[in-house]
Formats: sequence, C-alpha cells, structure tokens
Amino acid sequence: MNTKVNLAGVEFKNPVMEASGTFGSGMEYSEFVDLNKLGAVVTKGVANVPWQGNPTPRIAEVYGGMLNAIGLQNPGIDVFVDRDIPFLKQFDTKIIVNVCGKTTEDYVEVVERLSNEPVDMLEINISCPNVKEGGIAFGQDPKAVEAITREVKRYAKQPVIMKLSPNVTDITVMAKAAEAGGADVLSLINTITGMKIDVERQTFAIANKTGGLSGPVVKPIAVRMVYQAANAVNIPIIGMGGICNGEDAIEFILAGASAVSVGTANFMNPRATEEVVKGIEDYMIRHNIDDINSLVGIVK
Amino acid sequence: MKYKETVKVVSQTCLADGVYSMWLSTENIAGEAAAGQFISLYCQDGSRILPRPISICETDREKKAIRIVYRVVGKGTEEFSKYTEGQEIPVMGPLGNGFFKKNKSALLVAGGIGIPPMVQLAKELKQEYGCKITIVAGYRDCKMFLKDDLSKYGDLYVATEDGSFGTKGNVIDVIEENRLSADVIYSCGPTPMLRAVKAFGEKHNIETQISLEEKMACGIGACLACVCKSRETDDHSHVHNKRICADGPVFYAGEVEI
Ligand SMILES: Cc1cc2nc3c(=O)[nH]c(=O)nc-3n(C[C@H](O)[C@H](O)[C@H](O)COP(=O)(O)OP(=O)(O)OC[C@H]3O[C@@H](n4cnc5c(N)ncnc54)[C@H](O)[C@@H]3O)c2cc1C
Ligand SMILES: Cc1cc2nc3c(=O)[nH]c(=O)nc-3n(C[C@H](O)[C@H](O)[C@H](O)COP(=O)(O)O)c2cc1C
Ligand code: FES
Repeated sequence: MNTKVNLAGVEFKNPVMEASGTFGSGMEYSEFVDLNKLGAVVTKGVANVPWQGNPTPRIAEVYGGMLNAIGLQNPGIDVFVDRDIPFLKQFDTKIIVNVCGKTTEDYVEVVERLSNEPVDMLEINISCPNVKEGGIAFGQDPKAVEAITREVKRYAKQPVIMKLSPNVTDITVMAKAAEAGGADVLSLINTITGMKIDVERQTFAIANKTGGLSGPVVKPIAVRMVYQAANAVNIPIIGMGGICNGEDAIEFILAGASAVSVGTANFMNPRATEEVVKGIEDYMIRHNIDDINSLVGIVK
Repeated sequence: MKYKETVKVVSQTCLADGVYSMWLSTENIAGEAAAGQFISLYCQDGSRILPRPISICETDREKKAIRIVYRVVGKGTEEFSKYTEGQEIPVMGPLGNGFFKKNKSALLVAGGIGIPPMVQLAKELKQEYGCKITIVAGYRDCKMFLKDDLSKYGDLYVATEDGSFGTKGNVIDVIEENRLSADVIYSCGPTPMLRAVKAFGEKHNIETQISLEEKMACGIGACLACVCKSRETDDHSHVHNKRICADGPVFYAGEVEI
C-alpha cells in the first residue's frame, strides 16, 4: 500500500499534515502525537518581526465550529529559526513554514531568511482574515495574488504553496492567478470570515468583532472550493477545512486534493492527526486501494 | 506529563443551585495533578467542539480519582450535569502550572466558582507544611458550596453579596473587617475580585498569586487563544502575552495586567 505523495518534487510519507496555527511548531502536540507519523508539520505563521496579535477574547465556539481572531501572534523569524527549526529537525517529517506579512517586503524578508534553512516548503498566507494589513488584503484581488506570488517565487529557494482565502466570489480566479504567478502548490481553505454576538451581554463574542470560521461546519464549503480549484489549475492542492477523520480526508482527496491538513480537529482531539493517518490507511484497505494517488480527483 | 484519557464518573451530586460536584476515576491524571491545575473535558455532543477547562478541586491519589466542582452556565456544563455514575468522559490533563506553594502562612481568597481549586490547595498546604491557613470565600447568596470541605483545613471566613450569611459584601470586606493577613495570598475568582485582591496585596506588600481564566481552544499552549498581558516577555512569542493555559493559570499578581 502506498501512501507517499509528491508535491512539487518533495516527497511526503503520507498526505497528512496539520493546518497552520492550530499546532504551533509541534512542540506542545508532540506530547500526544508522534510527529514522525505525519507527512509534514506546517508551522504557525511567522513574520519578519514579532507580532502581538489581537486582544482577547480571541476565540468563540459556534455550532460545529469556532471563530478565531488570534491576529497572527508570532515570535518573528529570528526566534523561529533558532528554536523551532532545530526542534522540528529531530523528527522524520517534512517542514513547511507558513509565512505572513503586512507588505510584500515583509514576506520576501522572511522567505530570504529561510533560503538557507533546512525547510522543505514555504506556505504563503495571503488569506488571514484577522489582520487589517497584509494577509487577506493580498488574497482577494487576483492581480495582487499573482504579483505577490511572483515576488515570493523570485526569492524562494524552496517550493512555494500559496494559501488561498475562501472569502472570494470565485475561487478559480484566485487559483489561476496564483498558478500564473508561479505557485508550485495551492492550499485551501483558510478560515471564512464570520461573527458571533453574545446576546446576553449584547457584545461581540470576540474582541476583533469578526473572526475566521473553521471546524466541521465549514467542510462542505471547503470540499466545494477544493473541487473547483482542482479543476481549474494544473498544480497540486492541499485541502483543508473541517477534516476530523480518515473519511473526511478521503473526501477532499476525491475532490482533487493531493494532500490534506488537519486544523481545528486538533482542539477536539489532540491525537486527531495520527488518527486521520490511520483512518486513511483503513479506508485504503477496506476499498482495496494500492496507491493513495489513484484517488486524487476521481470524483468528477 | 499531560494525558488524554477517558475518565469515568464515580459519583455526581448537586451541591447548590446549579453547582455540581463530580468525582472521576482516572488512569494517570490523579497521580500527577497539583493544586491549581485544571483538566479539559470534551463534550459528547459533536456540535460543541471545544473542550471545557475545569479546575481540579480535589485529588485522591490512592483511589486515582479527581473531583471537579462546576457551575452550569451554558450547554457544555449542562451536559456534564446530566452525567451519572459510569459515564465515560474524554479529558486532557493535568494542564497548566498550579499554585506556587510556600511554607509560609497562607491567605486563600476565592469567589464563586473560583472556590473549587482552593480545596486541594488548602489540603496540600496543610499536609505538606502544616502552615497557618486562613480561607476567605465569597458567595452571591446563601446557596453556598464547599464550605465544610474548606473549614477542615483552615479558618474559614465567608462573605455573601446579599448578606444572607457571614459578612455582607465581598471578600475584601471580610479581610478588612477581620484584619486578616498572611505571608502569601492565593486567589481565584472573577476578574473584578482578582483586581481587588491584587490591589490589596500591593498595598500591604504581600506576595499574591492569582489564577486567571480565558477562552481556550488547545489548552496546551499551541494556539495562542488564551493570552493575557504580562510584564515580562513570554517564552512563546517573546512579546508580552503569556498563555494562561500553559504559562498559567496561576501568575504572580505583579506579573500580569488584569
Ligand atoms: C483554567 C480554568 C479553570 C476553570 N475552572 C472552573 C471550575 O472549577 N468550575 C467551573 O464551574 N468553571 C470553571 N471554569 C470556567 C469553565 O471553563 C466555563 O464555565 C465552561 O467552559 C462553560 O462551558 P459551557 O459550555 O457551559 O458554556 P458556554 O458559554 O456555552 O461555552 C461556550 C464556550 O466558551 C467557553 N467558556 C465559557 N465560559 C468560560 C469561562 N468562564 N472560562 C473559559 N472558557 C469559557 C467554553 O469553554 C466554550 O468553549 C474554568 C475556566 C478556566 C479557564
Ligand atoms: C486558531 C487558529 C489559528 C490559525 N492560524 C493560522 C495561521 O497562522 N496561518 C494560516 O495560514 N492559517 C491559520 N489558520 C487557518 C487554518 O490553517 C485552516 O486553514 C483553517 O482553520 C481551516 O481548517 P480546519 O477547519 O481544519 O481548522 C488558523 C486557524 C485556527 C482555527
Ligand atoms: S488555549 Fe491554546 S494556547 Fe491556551
């Protein structure tokens, strides 16, 4: 049985990674999960300098999901390179660094700093709904998507994943723009902008007023967008949004994803990632599948 | 070490209107839990995806059991209140740091649903140090809970907001009325109370430890949901945002802005 997948020349032992921001750099979850069992660890977004993030409350639970507006708090690239990369190098897994910034120069600075580091891929977050500048400002305009992809590609030594926002009218336009800019891989979906009002206190549930919706509740939207994007471009896709078990992961793969990320499910069960790996294997046995790649996008 | 395990309800009782006590038999958690730490309980209802953080009220190492005492405030705690003996609950714990126990006279100040962790703290302080323990508990009204559990370990003073028992007013009113003092204050309760306790400790130059609350997702320091403003830079992001679930929930009062 083959679970190996190859994305832009990088080989992953299986198609399962965790979604940026839900898993730190793996340190905390390594008490519960054997990181060696994951295809890759995708880090929390890292910027050129430390970011404070948003005021609290930063999260709120909603039916079948959650809203978050963490605001990309991170220690900046210097601490990250000194602390998090050496930690991750101890494990037999691929390292994908998620990069955030307020300006194109910020992104490029981080990308350049990582060029000589033992990092396998870069994931460029142009879709965070929770910071005013940067993030989503780049992700909702196809010209901006193409331009920033091109800039990043010019400096990146590793293959580049562009992480797309679902907060757009037509995901295929953004997917094509990133492909045109030279993206090696696409990942989607980031969170969907939402709001919760606490009716008893008559205030917003999170300090930022709006937050990004994630978890099981977003899965049908995510599957639809992965399907549309996969049918619009010729580069591989990492699918995510509400994946909790092997069947959920298979659903994304059938829709056209070559790999998957597990995000909010880590909060529902700290061992979720490992259980998704196991669930995919069980599915393959049950359906007599020799190679996971044979399932990618077969539901048309 | 933290564990994800399935615990079993040994017993559940209602202590007062909407306040429940549950003993849970654990595999590993009871053996490692320290006073002031908490566990995260996962709901059975799949629509509630985030685990609920609840303090450890008491630990029985011999029986490998822990006790939690909680108030029904929403759908998750309402679900827990319906559990009966034998119910299995997935939990993660023990989480957080716990109180920094000192072999010095202690003033435990707690309000409302911040009272539960004080039981184990008082027990450990008494057993480990035999130090002088004074406990102040603030309730809304005469629907009180854990009073007898606390008075076993120290001198208990009570305040009720409506004056139906003990001193009418808040915990600071009791402290001032009875001129209570100690070398160390340990406190848990609603934020306005913690603010007052912090100010009291500063005024009288008493070391003060406070246990904080915030909405949590991961409960282990990975997601950065539960931060508070700290004086020193934090270990994670090197800004001034300590994580309540991992760096706390207990902080020296001077260390955090509340
Ligand atoms: C470290 C810590 C220890 C705690 N110890 C106790 C305890 O011993 N006894 C007790 O009764 N309560 C305790 N709480 C508060 C308890 O977590 C909440 O009352 C509980 O999560 C409410 O869940 P719900 O589903 O009933 O309410 P809902 O309002 O329906 O919950 C919705 C969401 O908000 C979160 N939430 C709501 N209120 C709080 C709160 N005050 N703090 C953190 N998250 C909240 C829930 O976890 C859930 O994710 C503690 C909180 C923290 C952070
Ligand atoms: C608490 C939290 C923090 C997140 N932080 C980031 C981030 O730093 N960078 C990023 O690209 N996406 C971030 N995301 C988005 C996730 O990586 C993922 O795209 C999204 O949550 C959908 O997947 P899920 O439903 O499995 O969580 C975050 C999501 C959550 C819930
Ligand atoms: S709840 Fe995730 S860091 Fe505290």
